[in-house]
Amino acid sequence: MESPTGMPGHMLLSLRGIAKSFGAVRALDGVDLDIGPAEVLGLMGDNGAGKSTLTKIVAGNFPPTEGQIALGGTAMVFDRPAAARDAGIEVMYQDLAIAENLTASANIFLGREMTRSFGPLRFLDHSGMNKRSAELFRELKSETRSDDLVKQMSGGQRQAVAIARTRLAKAKLVLMDEPTAAISVRQVAEVLDLIRRLRDGGTAVMLISHRMPDVFTVCDRIAVLRRGRKVADKPVTATSPEEITGLITGAIETG
Amino acid sequence: MSMTSEFTNISRVSWHRRGFFAGQTAYMTLAFVIICVLAATFSGNFVTTGNLLNISRNFSYIALMSLGMTVVIVTGGIDLSVGSVCALVAVCTMIAMRAVSNSSLAAIPYATVVVPVVAGLLLAAAIGAVNGFFIARLDLSPFVTTLGMLSICRGLTYVITQGRGQAPTGPGVQAFFAATNGTIAGLPVPVVYVLVAAVVLGIALHHTVWGRHLFAVGGSEPAAMRTGVRVSRVKIGAYVLCSLSAGATGILLAGWLGSAPANLASGYELRVIAASVIGGANLAGGIGGPVGAVIGAALIEVIRNSLVLGRVDAYWQDALIGSIIILAVLVDKLRGLQAK
Ligand SMILES: Nc1ncnc2c1ncn2[C@@H]1O[C@H](COP(=O)(O)OP(=O)(O)OP(=O)(O)O)[C@@H](O)[C@H]1O
Ligand SMILES: [Mg+2]
Repeated sequence: MESPTGMPGHMLLSLRGIAKSFGAVRALDGVDLDIGPAEVLGLMGDNGAGKSTLTKIVAGNFPPTEGQIALGGTAMVFDRPAAARDAGIEVMYQDLAIAENLTASANIFLGREMTRSFGPLRFLDHSGMNKRSAELFRELKSETRSDDLVKQMSGGQRQAVAIARTRLAKAKLVLMDEPTAAISVRQVAEVLDLIRRLRDGGTAVMLISHRMPDVFTVCDRIAVLRRGRKVADKPVTATSPEEITGLITGAIETG
Repeated sequence: MSMTSEFTNISRVSWHRRGFFAGQTAYMTLAFVIICVLAATFSGNFVTTGNLLNISRNFSYIALMSLGMTVVIVTGGIDLSVGSVCALVAVCTMIAMRAVSNSSLAAIPYATVVVPVVAGLLLAAAIGAVNGFFIARLDLSPFVTTLGMLSICRGLTYVITQGRGQAPTGPGVQAFFAATNGTIAGLPVPVVYVLVAAVVLGIALHHTVWGRHLFAVGGSEPAAMRTGVRVSRVKIGAYVLCSLSAGATGILLAGWLGSAPANLASGYELRVIAASVIGGANLAGGIGGPVGAVIGAALIEVIRNSLVLGRVDAYWQDALIGSIIILAVLVDKLRGLQAK
């Protein structure tokens, strides 16, 4: 099924010929990638392979030098983060993009605060936001209080705040850049659980990780980037950690 | 059974470690009260209506500018140009007043006051917008940009006036003095302006989207950017507001002094920043508020006043205020270490 843009309409997100240059550095080169609805895609690759660059392009942080992005077969231009967000794409950054001087609920609602009007004036609806945040934390089974400052929170609680933010947005696609890089074993299990919960709720996830076990536990499909090019893209059932390792390092040319 | 009671590893933080009580602002409020009590005990002249009115008037100029400065500091910036903006706006407002008084507009009631004051405030806003543009859009350092602006505005003030003071003139001059130097319910008007501005700013900072975004930008600019906060707009707005508060102070000072000298408010930027920082605004961004700005300015003025009443050499003031700045951030630091 091809849409007028020539992009597959049954795919949630389609990337075609994505390239990105930073001066002389070719961070991405001719990358084609598709993600289906409620699919969990693992994106792997060595340091500097271009994974974060690809997420930033999809998130609208900067435009690609070349290539097209389509959502459900419709061509999109994500010229700023808000454009991607409005299209239903949420990002969980490596550093979580959290302001430590604000409360959990302020962070969850940052950029889309709930307000109440008094005549011509609009004021923050503190209790409404706290209540909704508490609900989100309860759904996530997270021991996090809405009106606590993030400064005082553990790594796992910060993850919960970042994840609650994507739940609030009812995202179609969540991009996660190394969510399990800097947290404890128990917290990794929590995040993986959460990715499953997101998928069961109909949200697609693009998971960037260097941790082979995480990717093989939770992903439906794995794509490998090497030096800015996609060298493999296959269902987890059709590959093995050994093969993926070979593809990442270049011991295996393509898969 | 409440939700949180199922969890054993989290407990409510005790009240004196939360919110207002946990901040530097609370310590400085305490210091302020102690100094007032000491001053009242050792000097019979401290608690006289005349002296208290005097203190409150003197304090209000620094306080008004500190409110604006606090907004900039919350975004993680700084504005060194406030003293010069004060002078340039005051001088230009006086010149505009003379021009309007000599024009056909003078026939309209109050136009000789309203038009120059609005023009002066627009000038202030424009200077703030230039500061903000260079800092937010061109990513120049706030310190260097506003240091440049300090020099530009002071230079222009001397060029325009040739060093001569500019006095308010024209048919509206009585109304001008009433609005800048009169009293409302026994209080000097600048004090009333400060209190109103502080309340409005407090509400805006803590109960509006604008305030929320201001704190977010100061807390983590990348986080604010990625969640769709319009970071540049927030920052430019902060510098405009800071400049406006400086410009308004300049106009009030001209009314108080009965003239705007070219060296008006020179060196005020340091006192204003000191007041904000003593009150708890953190130069790293993300922390600060109007209560702190007002308390910081009040603390500085009460110390100055006590030293005058105690016949202490006036030059001790600066040394003492400097020590208090360092002490204030030191106490905050120690408290932070203790909490960890
Ligand atoms: N803003 C930038 N300016 C210049 N070069 C950049 C920029 N961002 C990324 N690069 C370069 O692009 C290449 C890809 O970087 P990217 O961050 O996408 O890698 P990555 O796969 O996420 O690596 P890691 O696993 O270390 O996070 C690297 O060579 C990097 O140095
Ligand atoms: Mg990366």
